Amino acid sequence: MNPGSIYKISGALVLAHGLKEAVLNEMVEIGELKIPGEIIRIDRDTCYIQSYEETAGLLVGESVVLKGEPLSVVLGPGLLGTIFDGIQRPLNKLKELSGDFIKRGCIVEPLDMEKKWNFNPVKQPGDVVKEGDIIGIVKEGAYFEHRIMVPIGISGTIEEIQKGDFSLKETVARLTGGIDLTMTWTAAVKTPIPCVEKLDPDNPFLTGQRVLDFLFPLATGGSAMIPGGFGTGKTVLEQSIAKYSLADVIIYVGCGERGNEMTDLLEEFSELKDPRTGNPLMDRTVLIANTSNMPVAAREASIYTGVTIAEYFRQMGYDTALIADSTTRWAEALREISGRLEELPGEEGFPTYLSSRITSFYERSGYIRCFSSEERFGSLTIIGAVSPAGGDFSEPVTSETLKVTGTFWGLEKELAYRRHYPAINWNTSYSLYSQLLDGWYKKKYGIEFINLRKWAINILFSDGQLQQIVQLVGPDSLQDDDRLILETANLIKESFLQQSAFDESDAYCTLIRQYIMMSAIKKFFETANKIVKEKKSFSEVSDLKERKLILELKEHSDDEILEKFDLNLDKDED
Amino acid sequence: MGISLSSFEYDSVEYVSGPLLFVEGGDRFPAGSLVEITDKKGGVRLGQTLEVSRDKAVIQVLEGTSGLGTTGTTVRLESDIIKANVSRDMIGRVFDGLSRPIDGKPDVIAEARLPVAGFPINPISRSRPDEFIQTGISAIDCFNTLVRGQKLPVFSEAGLPSAELVISILNNSTVADDSKFLVIFAALGITRREQSIYQKNLVTGDRNLIAFLNLANDPVIERLLTPRFALTVAEYFAFELDYQVLVIMNDMTNYCTALREVSAAREEVPGRRGYPGYMYTDLSSLYERAGMLKGSEGSITQLLVLTVPDGDITHPIPDLTGYITEGQIVLANHLHKKGVFPPIDVLPSLSRLMNNGIGLGKTREDHRELANQLYACYAKGIDVRKLITIVGEDAISETDSLYLEFANRFEKELINQGGDAREINQTLDIGWDLLKDFPKEQLTRIDKDTLLRYYSVILEDGSISSI
Repeated sequence: MNPGSIYKISGALVLAHGLKEAVLNEMVEIGELKIPGEIIRIDRDTCYIQSYEETAGLLVGESVVLKGEPLSVVLGPGLLGTIFDGIQRPLNKLKELSGDFIKRGCIVEPLDMEKKWNFNPVKQPGDVVKEGDIIGIVKEGAYFEHRIMVPIGISGTIEEIQKGDFSLKETVARLTGGIDLTMTWTAAVKTPIPCVEKLDPDNPFLTGQRVLDFLFPLATGGSAMIPGGFGTGKTVLEQSIAKYSLADVIIYVGCGERGNEMTDLLEEFSELKDPRTGNPLMDRTVLIANTSNMPVAAREASIYTGVTIAEYFRQMGYDTALIADSTTRWAEALREISGRLEELPGEEGFPTYLSSRITSFYERSGYIRCFSSEERFGSLTIIGAVSPAGGDFSEPVTSETLKVTGTFWGLEKELAYRRHYPAINWNTSYSLYSQLLDGWYKKKYGIEFINLRKWAINILFSDGQLQQIVQLVGPDSLQDDDRLILETANLIKESFLQQSAFDESDAYCTLIRQYIMMSAIKKFFETANKIVKEKKSFSEVSDLKERKLILELKEHSDDEILEKFDLNLDKDED
Repeated sequence: MGISLSSFEYDSVEYVSGPLLFVEGGDRFPAGSLVEITDKKGGVRLGQTLEVSRDKAVIQVLEGTSGLGTTGTTVRLESDIIKANVSRDMIGRVFDGLSRPIDGKPDVIAEARLPVAGFPINPISRSRPDEFIQTGISAIDCFNTLVRGQKLPVFSEAGLPSAELVISILNNSTVADDSKFLVIFAALGITRREQSIYQKNLVTGDRNLIAFLNLANDPVIERLLTPRFALTVAEYFAFELDYQVLVIMNDMTNYCTALREVSAAREEVPGRRGYPGYMYTDLSSLYERAGMLKGSEGSITQLLVLTVPDGDITHPIPDLTGYITEGQIVLANHLHKKGVFPPIDVLPSLSRLMNNGIGLGKTREDHRELANQLYACYAKGIDVRKLITIVGEDAISETDSLYLEFANRFEKELINQGGDAREINQTLDIGWDLLKDFPKEQLTRIDKDTLLRYYSVILEDGSISSI
């Protein structure tokens, strides 16, 4: 195929002539440096290419070569524990090639093609397999079972299947008709990996964060957004979720954020253990780092790269979670490219297709029935951070994301200024999954759990209204029972909603412990309420021993709390 | 169409306006290259290609377009990529915004020529910044601790002493080894007055200093390259020669305005308030050049000063900066009016890397908890202060007036320190002293053990008692 030639270079946009057989979204190599790029518009003989690397130094007339395939990821053993850039180049390989700074035109394999993996077949010759069927298992890390599956669109009868150590290049099974299967899949990132059907998400996605799990639960297979201005603790919260949530695989996409944050994450994840399994967290994590100073177009791709990898693990039947920080930077990359294409802008210069792009991204989440002959379910939960410009939630990215996500965890500057972390505003946040999930909570802890949540939300809501009065007339003019509500709300904020991500014992809180803690606060309220009603005096309330205990709640074990507050709860295993 | 045979030279200028110049048929210029523009009278100025195509090249003229026309102007390729000459001999020298000496001494002989745009640091090569820098300023050391390799902006307003603060930080920062410490100062459109404050104070002592000056009356577009020259030199000293480099850039607001000017001239779709949509990316290509590398002794720490337009922290310049930098130091008018120096408002200020740089072995074990407690009490005190403007001083409870009094003392005794430097221990002790007015139960942010150890009062007979 004849190469085309560069006609125009403007920032990350390159125009080329002479690429007759080009199709939309096809990858190209630009110039002598072989800079990767993607065709994003074709206008007669002119191809509009977004470059995945810096274009400085390119000359008009340099060649452009078609690669024949869209932007794709390679999926297989070796993904876990690796840190990639936005177009799935492993950063350690880039370091070997170009040192501490990333130079241009580095071409590296996404996965190590030489390394041998121990392939254990679960099928035999003669077995009929369909797309998505598991044919073998590879142990990845200490415990993870990487399930090797028949690629989507392929089926047949197994003629031959291997056992033993193989590299990713080698064939591990042969189907009738001469179809050779290796341990890898290749998938285009902008097309979702399909599933049989999406089911209602009715299991909670537990994060170990009290304010999230107890008040505004997310469903496994649902989607959540975390909007917050700078300094509200978005990243710390997302990292806590990545560390402690109950998922089999976590994909963390650092999209247009700080380099030091990725370093932090990398170091912490290598040191930290999964609180439930005791394995290093990195063993269940894939990191995608496209920091803010890395090329813009690759930033746009990084979100898709991440979600496709997550879908692959979901297809194996795992509960996966994609955490993206921050989708605003991704939207800004869209805006930047759209601006260069001279497209008619929508609100604040964002392209008019912003809404559909955001929707189709979040809709890749879901609790699904996987393609497979035997029944298998998997889930993908998406949690996206949004960085609203100027903290203004009416800006396009925030408002478009609001429309599609089921859970809203709104971070607030005022709370962060008070060092109330996580700075989630309990009055504006919501979860649309509450009702779907109630069944699960009811089964586990009984209706009391749901009532307890309602009680807590109610207290916090009343507190919000009373605070307005306090602002005007001061707290002393309130009725005693109103003052008790203020006091109780205060205790909920201080000892329940606040949770320190940096305190080892407090960073992660099981659901049963959350239940016990909140029950204790309610018990205090009931005791105090009795005093207020009978004695018509508030001063005794602040001296109650229960009140003091609640302030120290975090220091006591579950059993101690149960005993001290004389609570009788159905204690189920968490 | 005139392409001279000797080099790529064009005299086919077809459009001149604002900072831009269009050359017909400029397709021999690489994207982002440096060009030399000669006007009718033989005057030479520099430009950078922003866009090249078969038909034309769009050139951003760094030193203004006044005096250029469509005839008699020639454009010649100077170099493929803009590169900076770097050398050890640069120490002690003063350069203009495009790295040309303006101190009357000869050109430096380059030890290397490096592209000013730099390359992104591979995230896995970064090492985590965790070395405490004592600035001698309580509001920073205690609440917004600076660590080596951090990028921290100072959000100032017109009329606030930001230059004085930066100098105070510079003069009082303790560094282990002065010989391997280097300050690089990049002036971006600052006034002669500010410049002279810096000049007077920076050159004192035997600190290593390199200055790049683009003053208020210097060409505006040049400002887009000044920080890049400064940072390229910084990277050379930090990562090749193991220096601890502190880069001061003042004032980033002027940089962003220049960015907007070019964007508007190119008729790009504007983002918020007329600033280009890529401003976040552009700023991060500067800020992200701070940091430390694994296996390297050196570091780049950035202190950026920016004037927040009309004190509006949601303005795109402070907003986007805050999203990239690792915290912010916010100066407040109300403190300045009260005569507090430095007038740092700790409530909206933040240092994201603080946790890495404090605690046992770095500052003191009680640092985190104490800072949290002081902060919470001050926040409450400010609430009370707002409340009394509505209900009056008589209507507040006894507890509330305790917080009010605390907030006043906090500003007067802890934040305010004039020109003197304080040791971190001294700062923390003042903090404990302020907390003594509160009963123990109010101090919920501090661990019991820590309270026991530090929260003590000296009784009248001179003995010490824990309450």
